[in-house]
Amino acid sequence: MLYLTRKCEFSAAHFYYNTNWSDEENARVFGKCANRNGHGHNYTLEVTVKGEVDTQTGFVMDLKELKQVLEREVLDALDHRHLNKEVPEFAQKIPTTENIAIAIWQRIAPKLNHAHLHRVRLYELDDLFVDYYGE
Amino acid sequence: MMKAYLTRGYRFSSSHRLHNESFGEEKNREIYGKCNNPHGHGHNYALEVTVSGPVAVDTGMVCDLGDLDGCVAEQVLARFDHQNLNVRSEFADLVPTTENLAVVVFDILRREFTAAHLEQVRIEETANNSFTYAGGAEPILQ
Repeated sequence: MLYLTRKCEFSAAHFYYNTNWSDEENARVFGKCANRNGHGHNYTLEVTVKGEVDTQTGFVMDLKELKQVLEREVLDALDHRHLNKEVPEFAQKIPTTENIAIAIWQRIAPKLNHAHLHRVRLYELDDLFVDYYGE
Repeated sequence: MMKAYLTRGYRFSSSHRLHNESFGEEKNREIYGKCNNPHGHGHNYALEVTVSGPVAVDTGMVCDLGDLDGCVAEQVLARFDHQNLNVRSEFADLVPTTENLAVVVFDILRREFTAAHLEQVRIEETANNSFTYAGGAEPILQ
């Protein structure tokens, strides 16, 4: 079994706000992130797939195919977007790093034909990242 | 409930000397080399703390980052930042290698941080070496 990781970056705006709560409660729980004018991050995404090495190609999967899936399913939808306003998953859900990682998993897992998605790792900052294994 | 793993990075700087009283001077020098210098030396440690748990529906979070930051600041950084590890009680009977430091930090956070499940700690002593401890469990991939 081999693990292959592909990295890409995107930049997006978001804010954290639970509409079931008062402004005060949102400010208490989410702090500065509750500012409804939004703020943004440069996200770094690392997608790890696993599989056996194909004896003919020597690949776990074709990197070009993985790159295309990430461009189509993730970057086209999230890069230079406002997550709360433009990405359907976050019409109701709060676009925390946790929920963005889950949404990315759900977008790409069905599109990977020749390898098994192992992990989605999403960095919001150099010192803050979330891993999701589809659990 | 979907389970996610959250990792947060912290930095602290400490001095230490690797020395085992039960070894003779020569053996200490042989095993620990420059790290056995009697006057000690120091590092800028980079600590990564990984916690896990279900992503709460109302917050979208594994845990409140402020709670984790507060706990690490109070329980780890306040103990070790700008301190000499050898004179700390945690290392009274323990050589302050980064292996042992990782175990000590893990045990402190396992005891003190209860808002999510502590999975592992990873400490970089320099950019070229790091140590990961998951309480005896298999650590997650870097």
